[in-house]
Amino acid sequence: MAYSEEVIDHYENPRNVGKMDDNDANVGTGMVGAPACGDVMRLQIKVSDEGVIEDAKFKTYGCGSAIASSSLITEWVKGMSLDEAANLKNTEIAEELALPPVKIHCSVLAEDAIKAAIDDYKKKQ
Amino acid sequence: MKLPIYFDYSATTPVDPRVAEKMMECLTLEGNFGNPASRSHLFGWKAEEAVETARKQVADLVSADPREIVWTSGATESDNLAIKGIAHFYHKKGKHIITSKIEHKAVLDTCRQLEREGFEVTYLDPDSEGLISVERVAEALRDDTILVSLMHVNNEIGTITDIDAIGELTRSKGVFFHVDAAQSVGKMPIDLSKTKVDLMSFSAHKIYGPKGIGALYVRRKPRVRLEAQMHGGGHERGMRSGTLPTHQIVGMGEAFRVAQEDMQKDADKALALRDRMWNALSDMEEVHINGSIDQRLPANLNVSFAFVEGESLLMSLKDLAVSSGSACTSASLEPSYVLRALGLSDELAHSSIRFSFGRFTTEEEIDHAVGQIRQAVDKLRELSPLWDMYKDGVDLSKVEWVHH
Repeated sequence: MAYSEEVIDHYENPRNVGKMDDNDANVGTGMVGAPACGDVMRLQIKVSDEGVIEDAKFKTYGCGSAIASSSLITEWVKGMSLDEAANLKNTEIAEELALPPVKIHCSVLAEDAIKAAIDDYKKKQ
Repeated sequence: MKLPIYFDYSATTPVDPRVAEKMMECLTLEGNFGNPASRSHLFGWKAEEAVETARKQVADLVSADPREIVWTSGATESDNLAIKGIAHFYHKKGKHIITSKIEHKAVLDTCRQLEREGFEVTYLDPDSEGLISVERVAEALRDDTILVSLMHVNNEIGTITDIDAIGELTRSKGVFFHVDAAQSVGKMPIDLSKTKVDLMSFSAHKIYGPKGIGALYVRRKPRVRLEAQMHGGGHERGMRSGTLPTHQIVGMGEAFRVAQEDMQKDADKALALRDRMWNALSDMEEVHINGSIDQRLPANLNVSFAFVEGESLLMSLKDLAVSSGSACTSASLEPSYVLRALGLSDELAHSSIRFSFGRFTTEEEIDHAVGQIRQAVDKLRELSPLWDMYKDGVDLSKVEWVHH
């Protein structure tokens, strides 16, 4: 399968790889997917007192498209409000990365991951 | 060293230059281009002679009689002809067939078709080493069993089936035994004058011959009869019609002759390469060989790199041509059914890579591959949340995952 340049770029130079402190009240963590399906994404956001996402980190077990989808979304959500981030659609990720139909689920997973992280943050407040 | 490096000899092999040379002699006007079925002139006689020489070369490699060799288009067709041919000829004797869950799709899909036609098929589970024991076959035999079909060497994990023992059993019960030997012939000794196999499938392109040609061994004593699946001019004693492709057949014959000559050399080399690679990888954390290490063809090394997904690993191994048990390399999203049948978790099946070596693999290539693999696995584990969890002592099998 041929990968788009965007996928290869994110795969080779993933942005915002890392882990934040789960116990920090300003951090929301979303973990979605399952090893059995071949993808697990952990996405974390750090939210300022003003409700803006200051920082985002991810780690992903999965194919190149899954890694690229999570890397891209961490870039996008930085500086967004929670509402803006919650409104991100998987189709935007799929389009930006030129994902083929069999890889659309990777972008869906990234959307699920950011939503899960936001929910987790809100629960902590 | 030329990049990328080819580590997918189980998928196919390049044609040996000695083989290509012989094939080229059978194409043009100056060459041996005649139709082997033409009985009325020298062109036909010469082509027939070349075909019969090749038939003997194939037969010799497995100690068979040349009259027991039927040319086909490859192992897939041989499997179809053997299984459907037996089923359709002997259906009045019984309608039960035994095979295993780790067979090639050419066997599994043929069995599925026969199920649609009213046959009953038992799919045996291998043990965790990937082996099908004679005991399992014995337990599955019934009064109405007409055929047992098992592969000699598995294409994904290289494990070897004990066809000597299973052949003794099936012969004693009057059940036919078909063996797909596409992955084994020419790489390990096969002696059909002793081993009680009734039908055996061969392919040329797995052993440095051309693609598009194979053969089916059909035993004469005791006699095995088949219903033809391809009808036409009655070639191959009515078992497989179609004009014989002289250049392909000559290529297969030469490939089998060379294989016999070089078998020990090829096998020693493959073992040395396999050990060189495994010794350089086995000190890594959480790497596992899939399939028995002892009862295995040395040309295959199937390894799971835990917590790293196979397709993303392939993306990093840009210089290496290998295949993965991960779902993502195939159209379906299921990981390898062979590895699943061994009882591997989906996660480890997704993390597997098959390296297969051959006649033209070098030590330098192995060393280069090892360097790339170690680097790629380290990088991807840094990216992997599962690796973090493993390092934190989390038992991944106890986590409740959010399936999607």
